[in-house]
Amino acid sequence: MMALLEVKDLKVRVEEREILHGLTLTVNEGEVHAIMGPNGSGKSTLSHVIAGKPGYEVTDGQILFKGEDLLEMAPEERAAKGVFLAFQYPVEIPGVATMTFLRTALNAQRKARGESEYSTPDFLKKVREVSKSLNIPQDMLKRGVNVGFSGGEKKRNEVLQMALFEPSLCILDEMDSGLDIDALRIAADGVNALRSPKRAMVVITHYQRLLNYIVPDVVHVMSRGRVVKSGGKELALELEASGYAQFEAA
Amino acid sequence: MNVAVAKTGGGRAVSDLFASAEGRLSASPDVIAARREAFESYERLGLPHRRIEEWKYTDLRALVGEVLPLAAAPDAAALKRASDAVKAHAIEGARKLVLVDGVFAAELSDVKALASEVSLMTLREALQKDPGVLKTVSTDAVIALNAALATDGVVLSIADGAQLSAPVQVVHVATAASVSVFTRSQVKVGKGARATIIESFVAAGAKTYQVNDAVIIAVGDDADVAHIRLMDDAPDAVNITSQFVTVGANTKLNFFNMTSGAAVSRLQGFITLAGEGSELSINGVNLLQKTEHGDTTLVVDHAVPNCVSREIFRAVIDDRAHSVFQGRIIVRPDAQKTDGKMMTRALLLSDEAEADNKPELEIFADDVSCGHGATAGALDDTLLFYLKARGLPEKQAQALLIQAFVGEAIEQIADDGLREHVIGMAERWLERRS
Ligand SMILES: Nc1ncnc2c1ncn2[C@@H]1O[C@H](COP(=O)(O)OP(=O)(O)OP(=O)(O)O)[C@@H](O)[C@H]1O
Ligand SMILES: [Mg+2]
Repeated sequence: MMALLEVKDLKVRVEEREILHGLTLTVNEGEVHAIMGPNGSGKSTLSHVIAGKPGYEVTDGQILFKGEDLLEMAPEERAAKGVFLAFQYPVEIPGVATMTFLRTALNAQRKARGESEYSTPDFLKKVREVSKSLNIPQDMLKRGVNVGFSGGEKKRNEVLQMALFEPSLCILDEMDSGLDIDALRIAADGVNALRSPKRAMVVITHYQRLLNYIVPDVVHVMSRGRVVKSGGKELALELEASGYAQFEAA
Repeated sequence: MNVAVAKTGGGRAVSDLFASAEGRLSASPDVIAARREAFESYERLGLPHRRIEEWKYTDLRALVGEVLPLAAAPDAAALKRASDAVKAHAIEGARKLVLVDGVFAAELSDVKALASEVSLMTLREALQKDPGVLKTVSTDAVIALNAALATDGVVLSIADGAQLSAPVQVVHVATAASVSVFTRSQVKVGKGARATIIESFVAAGAKTYQVNDAVIIAVGDDADVAHIRLMDDAPDAVNITSQFVTVGANTKLNFFNMTSGAAVSRLQGFITLAGEGSELSINGVNLLQKTEHGDTTLVVDHAVPNCVSREIFRAVIDDRAHSVFQGRIIVRPDAQKTDGKMMTRALLLSDEAEADNKPELEIFADDVSCGHGATAGALDDTLLFYLKARGLPEKQAQALLIQAFVGEAIEQIADDGLREHVIGMAERWLERRS
């Protein structure tokens, strides 16, 4: 099995404060990993550093994606190579129609990979298919990106992008927060539909319930900027019962 | 004391200019007298400078220095170049009136098609009868210079009740380098008429030139007018435009200005609401890069009660460019129930970009609702990162956000085709960014 993402002894500072203290994580092709951990343990920080968000200083360690040094790449390069982060808090972009945004982004990624750009009809067909399966109404796509979307709609819009861009690494940061039960099932179905032997997923969540829908191969516990325990899907159930106290002490 | 200063800006070159212009401007003794008077007024004042309050941010003595020699009338080669430029900037369906280097070019204009719907004269023709077009209630030096030197223009009259079937596009084309061009036009819109007037400023090969344009617009009662000005002059050009607009009662006037060219430009608009129940929508976008200086100065004068004015302006400023917005709303003592709002926002794309916003409310009535707002700031990093994380390179991510920013003003253009045309201009400007 080939390693898709290798995070090695990663140390990250934000505003002079170290948040990740030597984090190691390997995700192979075809696998689904869950990351659980208390508030403030650094889960979003890890996802941001993988996506290339500015403001984080990597002081040690490395991140390899398909064997390449991810930290050397601009965020848009990472996206074109197949890294996708579904944000915990998707931003609103007034004045940029969702449809325009989707087409511009998809074509920018294709162009960067040396692929031909989608024609408008092909693109529309694809968006229509995907949004239908995610229960996203067409008129939502005419609005500004996430503008006036409910919390759940914003999350579904992230899954829509994921389905459209077909990345090889999907990181879902608390995709389940703010989703009602039906929306959760629809979004999880969307994610499951993307599971493939070539694609890996990292699912960050606080709730075991999501993992009933998206069943992970590996569960990691993060605490204070490190992965402190890894195990099978039963680890999530254990955590549900016992909480994080045992790791906090460590 | 000011006289000595005025000489350096007004200077000998300008005196020679008037002498050379006089020969080209054959007209009645009345017109000659009016021009002479205007010229003397200019000579007393010289080019505006920073100690003239209205020109505080746009010091023409520092930015422009001197007035270039008057452009010669275009020859056949110039007309050919102009014709190509007019085609390149054509707006679908519009009927064109073309001024090349300050001279009306009938052969490039849709005179016949227009004749059935509007009454048309050139400025030259109009001046043979009446020097009235040269008169404006202003003591501004650049306007006086325009009255003294205007070589041509269009004088349009749209009859009461006329519903124009197509927009009228006045195209100013510059083909000659190192010259100045003076034009003055007049538009009268009759009671109940409906019209779309577009003004375009374009270059046909010329790089360094100066445009001084004046437009006098009188809109009657119950009219519905869209007025779009598209300034796309050469990067080294100077464009100073003065507009005088009077609006009758129960009229709708929707104005939009796009500044996306010229090293130094100023649009100064003096708009008077002279009839009750009218609605003004005044909007614009300044797109500036390199060391460009773009000034929009507007005075909206609510002279009568019960009118609405809305101003939405956006400036995008890159490199070391400088954008100026001066907006004054005057509400006269009688103008009760005035509703006047003005909002201007500047987007600074570089640390050296500069924006000056000077909103002013002069309110002499007590039962009014007026307000203004001004902001200046950079692009939002969080939004930029979101777009980049979705695969958009920096410049493209910026471009999307810039288009959204200017879109807030551009969306005020009601006509779909014209709005798309203006969006296209903004896109071309974004592509020019290095
Ligand atoms: N920009 C920042 N400036 C200062 N501190 C930050 C910044 N971003 C994150 N932190 C700190 O880093 C720590 C980890 O935050 P992070 O958002 O990664 O946690 P998390 O595990 O995702 O938490 P949650 O479960 O609440 O989403 C927190 O203590 C947070 O306050
Ligand atoms: Mg988080």
